[in-house]
Amino acid sequence: MSENTITFEIDGVEVQGIAGQTIMAAADAVGIYIPRLCAFEGLPPFGSCRICTVKVNGRFQSACTQPIAEGIMVENDTEELLELRRNLVDMLFVEGNHFCMFCEKSGNCELQALAYRFGIAAPKYPYMFPADRNVDATHKDIFIDHNRCVLCARCIRASHDLDGKNVFQFVGRGPQKRIAVNSTAKLVGTDIDVTDQAVAVCPVGAILKKRVGYTIPVGQRKYDHEPIGSDIEANKQ
Amino acid sequence: MSENLETVVKTVCEGTGNDKNRMMDIVRELQEILGGVSDDAMDLIATQVGTHRVEVESVVSFYAFLSKNQKGKTVIRLCDDIIDRMFGFERIKQTFCDALGIELGETTPDNLITLETTPCIGMCDQAPAIMVNDEIFTELSRDGAVEIVEQLRAGLAPERLRRRLGDGNNSSPLVSAGVSNNLRKRGEVIFAPLECGRALKKAIAMSPNEVIRDVKTARLRGRGGAGFPTGMKWDFTRSANGERKYVVCNADEGEPGTFKDRVVLTERPELLIEGMAIAGYAIGAQEGLIYLRAEYAYLRPFLEDTLQKARNMNMLGVDVLGKPGFNFDIRIQMGAGAYVCGEETALISSCEGLRGDPKNRPPFPAQKGYLGYPTSVNNVETFCCVARILDQGAGWFSQIGSKGSTGTKLLSISGDIRRPGVYEVPFGISMKEVLELAGGEGAAAVQVGGPSGQLIGPDMFDRIICYDDLATGGALMVFGPHRDLLKVVEYFMDFFIEESCGYCTPCRVGNVLLKNRLDEILHGKGEPLDLTYLEELGNSVKATSRCGLGQTSPNPILSSLKNFPGLYHALVKANQPFQPTFDIQKALGEAKEIAGRPSMHFAE
Repeated sequence: MSENTITFEIDGVEVQGIAGQTIMAAADAVGIYIPRLCAFEGLPPFGSCRICTVKVNGRFQSACTQPIAEGIMVENDTEELLELRRNLVDMLFVEGNHFCMFCEKSGNCELQALAYRFGIAAPKYPYMFPADRNVDATHKDIFIDHNRCVLCARCIRASHDLDGKNVFQFVGRGPQKRIAVNSTAKLVGTDIDVTDQAVAVCPVGAILKKRVGYTIPVGQRKYDHEPIGSDIEANKQ
Repeated sequence: MSENLETVVKTVCEGTGNDKNRMMDIVRELQEILGGVSDDAMDLIATQVGTHRVEVESVVSFYAFLSKNQKGKTVIRLCDDIIDRMFGFERIKQTFCDALGIELGETTPDNLITLETTPCIGMCDQAPAIMVNDEIFTELSRDGAVEIVEQLRAGLAPERLRRRLGDGNNSSPLVSAGVSNNLRKRGEVIFAPLECGRALKKAIAMSPNEVIRDVKTARLRGRGGAGFPTGMKWDFTRSANGERKYVVCNADEGEPGTFKDRVVLTERPELLIEGMAIAGYAIGAQEGLIYLRAEYAYLRPFLEDTLQKARNMNMLGVDVLGKPGFNFDIRIQMGAGAYVCGEETALISSCEGLRGDPKNRPPFPAQKGYLGYPTSVNNVETFCCVARILDQGAGWFSQIGSKGSTGTKLLSISGDIRRPGVYEVPFGISMKEVLELAGGEGAAAVQVGGPSGQLIGPDMFDRIICYDDLATGGALMVFGPHRDLLKVVEYFMDFFIEESCGYCTPCRVGNVLLKNRLDEILHGKGEPLDLTYLEELGNSVKATSRCGLGQTSPNPILSSLKNFPGLYHALVKANQPFQPTFDIQKALGEAKEIAGRPSMHFAE
């Protein structure tokens, strides 16, 4: 055991991580799944969806941004936190226009998969049905459907950090906050390419490739058999 | 793209050394010159400073005082906060609309005047108040409003408009504002007589660690509201690694009902500068920033002049007051209308030329702050306390106030009281005593600490103003028995929705959900379970939000539910046959419109 090893607890179980790791990364490494939406391996932590909220020594923190420390007591899989996470997923569902039954991303969508994992059949909050979300289909290979955007910033970070471009950024604030592209001529005016990571990392059906929708049959989609997080839990020690 | 635009953008960008970290200065100046920052201008800025146009748009679209669309030559902003609404906002609004022939949010056809509203501009003690570009007009009457329009139409520049000058430095040529100090009670810390430079002289005769030790011994805690021990913050900043360090003054008092920093900046800017220089010496910083809220732009020339005078006295500059190697200077960074920038990490984002999104913590600003360097962000009042502590001694300071809350506190008191204004009182004073001082004995409720604080009733007026009981950044809004407190709650929720940065889910979505349900209740469509819904949702937003804004935004609802449950119970109806929030006629509205007839199944 090196001096960089840090020992702490998740739900009463002693686990070890490496100094500098976030709670989420350390948990992943030992097969403990902390639900998340905006976090994505290989991208800098963002901390906006709040679904990875855990309790650290009794205080609420986001597991994707909070570093581990010796002796901390982390609560993750508790009824209290599950309820808070359900509420956040509910909020994201009612904030946009998410019609799973005819969305191309259905079965491969992380928001939908989280809802199933949390046992959400219908959101508890009233739908907002926003009428001001549009679709940008100007690009020949890619389209953006703002109705389904959850403002996770994965595309912003991937374009910047992985693709070496700067296609996306947020504009506006509060409920008017939106993803915008780096061109007055919409997506077609940017240097985005269909092979960009920014396209691949979208957790929902907001950024999609054209002409490949519904090609995976029901039964073979990513979350058809195993709930989201199963890949991490398979590493349980 | 006109050549003229290109020249203007180029000149403005070059004025900052084409520094994209100075984006706030660039877009603010262009807004002032051009009346808006258009798509073309954004493209040009991006090219000029070496960034992407969407990054520029990201900033412009964030701040209320910036816009993509062209505004009129003069922008009239009516202060629309709850106190102004109580003291004639509606009347003034109607007068302006009539006189200009436009509605709120519109510009006159000759592109001369735009009429808008803005949240609290820090003049609650002299409401109703408005801004005309950077100029402030308070206690405005209908005649006064008409006169302003007439003078603007006659071609007078906003700074030439007739006004009755305020007291103290408000009437100095560099301020010349129609603002009153309303300084009702001077205490022994902030508003005691001042001998410039004495505190700083004493500080530099000590070692930086001794200075920090004194601040700790005085048990000074941050005056912005959160109450973090100042000495500890400085200690962290001093011991953090960084080739440069920064001192930042948070002069972005945006909490509705707060206006104490306005008076400090007007009457005690020297004390603030001295406090900042002491902080610079203590933590090892060479540069300080004052982040001044856009609403206080009228104070900028005066503050710039005060900084120049401090430089002339060598309280700023190289080898400050003859201390070899201690170099320190201060720059003013203007904000552009965003409440969230009062949050210290959002404030740093804004200083860096970004949207005012709060940052993830850790790292804390003391480790990685402005431009990634260790930074201490402190409140205006905190810096002033520091200067007094160094001058008069930590022991002297810690004798004032109460045990856990040493020193005095500046209170901004407004609403239904006879003497609204700023009061410097020792910590440990009861709400009852405060109300007596301000002439608010008949108060039915007090909002303590602004919308993010709590609403308390007369049964709690024995409570004490200090960090351990009624903690407050200083705002007390007093409501008489004739006020509708739920209207106050409703206004506060609208405020938080408007001012949320939208970064995290609970604050962006949760506050809208809270407000929508509150509206249903106010419209008589509530049932008892709705109160449980508000409480659970409110607690959920508090628990999961990323920064102080979201963590306190449900407080108007939660604290009124707790302290004034009767108000809600009187509105909700038990034993409803079905979900009363559901309005069948409203749901059928669009269908009825298309069909051109009422529903055959659901009679109206």
